[in-house]
Amino acid sequence: MAGETSNPNFLLTTMEKGVNWTRTRSMWPATFGLACCAIEMMATGAAHNDLARFGMEVFRASPRQADLMIVAGRVSQKMAPVLRQVYDQMAEPKWVISMGACASTGGMFNNYALVQGVDQIVPVDVYAPGCPPGPQSLIHGILTLQDKIMSGEIRRSTGIV
Amino acid sequence: MSDTPRTTESATDAPVVEKPSTETGGAMDSNERLQKHDIWVAGTEEPDWIADATDEGAQEMLPRDIEPGLQLQRGVVVDDDYLEEETIISDERQILNMGPQHPATHGVLRLQIELEGETIRRVKPIIGYLHTGMEKTAETLPYISGATNVTRMDYLSPLNNELCYSLAVEQLLGVEIPPRAQAIRVLMTELNRISSHLIWVATFGMDIGALSMMIYGFRERESVLDFFEKVTGLRMNHNYIRPGGVAADLPEGWEDDVEGIMDIVGSGLDDYHDLLNGNPIFLDRTQGVGVITPAEAHQYGVTGPIARAAGINFDLRKAFPYSGIEQYEFDVPLGKHGDVFDRYLVRMEEIRQSFRIVEQVMETMPAGDYRTDDRKVTPPPRKRIDESMEALIHHFKLFTEGFKAPVGEAYQAVESPRGELGMYLVSKGGAKPWRLHVRTPSFATVQSLPVMMTDLIVADVIATLASLDPVLGDVDR
Amino acid sequence: MADETTPRAASDDAAADETVEENTARDLPDDPILAGLAEAFAMVEFTSFQPIVGPRQDTAIVPSEDLVAFVQAVKDAGFETFIDLCAVDHLNREPRYDVVINLLSMEHAQRLIIKVGIPGNEPSVDSITPVYTGANFYEREAWDLFGIVFEGHTDLTRILLPDEWEGHPLRKNYSVGAVPVQFKGSHKSS
Repeated sequence: MAGETSNPNFLLTTMEKGVNWTRTRSMWPATFGLACCAIEMMATGAAHNDLARFGMEVFRASPRQADLMIVAGRVSQKMAPVLRQVYDQMAEPKWVISMGACASTGGMFNNYALVQGVDQIVPVDVYAPGCPPGPQSLIHGILTLQDKIMSGEIRRSTGIV
Repeated sequence: MSDTPRTTESATDAPVVEKPSTETGGAMDSNERLQKHDIWVAGTEEPDWIADATDEGAQEMLPRDIEPGLQLQRGVVVDDDYLEEETIISDERQILNMGPQHPATHGVLRLQIELEGETIRRVKPIIGYLHTGMEKTAETLPYISGATNVTRMDYLSPLNNELCYSLAVEQLLGVEIPPRAQAIRVLMTELNRISSHLIWVATFGMDIGALSMMIYGFRERESVLDFFEKVTGLRMNHNYIRPGGVAADLPEGWEDDVEGIMDIVGSGLDDYHDLLNGNPIFLDRTQGVGVITPAEAHQYGVTGPIARAAGINFDLRKAFPYSGIEQYEFDVPLGKHGDVFDRYLVRMEEIRQSFRIVEQVMETMPAGDYRTDDRKVTPPPRKRIDESMEALIHHFKLFTEGFKAPVGEAYQAVESPRGELGMYLVSKGGAKPWRLHVRTPSFATVQSLPVMMTDLIVADVIATLASLDPVLGDVDR
Repeated sequence: MADETTPRAASDDAAADETVEENTARDLPDDPILAGLAEAFAMVEFTSFQPIVGPRQDTAIVPSEDLVAFVQAVKDAGFETFIDLCAVDHLNREPRYDVVINLLSMEHAQRLIIKVGIPGNEPSVDSITPVYTGANFYEREAWDLFGIVFEGHTDLTRILLPDEWEGHPLRKNYSVGAVPVQFKGSHKSS
């Protein structure tokens, strides 16, 4: 790893890898289950498809203690400011997985009531498609996020959106 | 109906909590002080004053109505142990906001609770955080796609939504459904009732405090979801029951899968019974809590397990049977007190009754078509499309334009795991509904929350809300 | 005088005969409860339809000034359970809106649908919350989505949409609000 970056500071690169590794292996999701996807998220945390093996068994209710927000479900216009407030309350570094079709693009409900894609409100790192995405799809999304963090592609959230 | 004893002891038998005697009016003389601060050496006989000084009275859980700690929490005046003056109740009320993002509100429900001490004086449920405009979207979808929209309403029992919608459309069309399709519908909706009640008991147990119930409930539910995936292709939101019948026939070997489900869930139910039914903490948290009377249930339109737990003997499957369910024998469990514990017992018993129905369906499944023959509604068989041009055009028109329903209105209701789920469908002769209104059970139960929650303590809010089994997709649509 | 009264008497008799014929010409519903209601409320039209599946679908079309009295009479006649209240926007029809109330009698295993026509200009109707407290949220929803004012409702505010929303979405002249979907390669295909 030493020669990969232009920065000759060998120790910083290893620290980054170490920090990234710790961040990915103990990400605590915030409970933001809204609709049907929330049930699949709970099923992913349950016994058959175990999220605890990725260090994520603890779903913190308080956003202050969480660093991953899985937006699971359709975000209505009334819920949008609440979503933004919960996201703002999370401490850096924080990531967002948009789970399901409704969270990613508004899904099959292309109408007045839903925000057409939660990325209009919060910056999203990984989109997990499906209606609802099965536990395997959600875990694939989480692992993708972990890869992105490990590779250094995301070091902090994209800032002001 | 239930075989577990309800109350532990009557009020007259309970021992009265005695105050320890503290007659230290003035200064203690040295002898007394020596006695009170004496050290007791283990192994010797215990002196009397030790028992007096450390005895706080019986350490058992008393029935709710005389439990002194509970009275203290409610802000009722109780003589304090140490001071001889009465405690003063604060008459300021505070407003506590629960939700919309909250781990125990079963979705995005916001409750504004006005508290006096720990007693709830008023509750205002604020909903709308999941409003999806499904009724407006339904006006843009042809009838054959309508089930995809409606199925996401009550996402814990999607097949019930689809069945209700299909029944309403079929009433407008005036078609009859073949017996095999009806039996498949009954099988799938009863299995859905089982999986919905399993999720309910999982989240309910977790909210009461039995955290492992969450894992047990979901573990048993996975077997049902595996079967759904095999039959319909999806674990949730299946779009399987469509106007005209069902989307596809049952696969080979489905009887073995269903028997497997019943074994797994049956043994799970025995586990839950052992875990919860005799547990004093569970009983204390659920008995006498969140009561709704039958008169209030009628006023608010509360139906389903909640009404049956209050003693109202009404089940849509018995009163207005649909989809051939009258041929199967099953009982309707009733409660007596209308509290949280009775709702729990009613739902557990409903799972067992669903087992009975599923067994009978398995034994008597008729052969035949899985969808109606009426060519105006059903596309031709796939083989014919390769052979005949008319069949191809017919299939094309059905799936692009959709069939037109005659002018009229229809209201059909099914017994969903939450209560009466009804759909009011208005057609003006087009290929899309003019108006679809869904009468959802959770909307009525959330409205009746203030009735159940007033004069309870904060800890009971969680138990009551969990026992109602609200699904916010149902409430907000 | 007698000459004048006799023809008048005859015409009165004829008029009385006509009104008697009108009463018998108006079909009373077969069901005893509905027949009793029909006799008590002359302005209400009853229709009935037996679907293949489910109970008989009885509909009562009520003028809006008689609504609360009729609903109270229905409740007293045994329809103790309140099921549903919704609104329908028939765009090119006068009256434009229909408020549809759905009631259930668990005792007699019967349903009744009550429809009230409401004009499109400043739609309003009396609230039935004094009769059924459960109509509270439903009327708020009808106000929220259709803009129908329920006189006498204690808290007629928006329930499903945000408080500052403008417009009533389920009216037919309110668009679905669909957002055009951009596909990645769309500029290539044109």
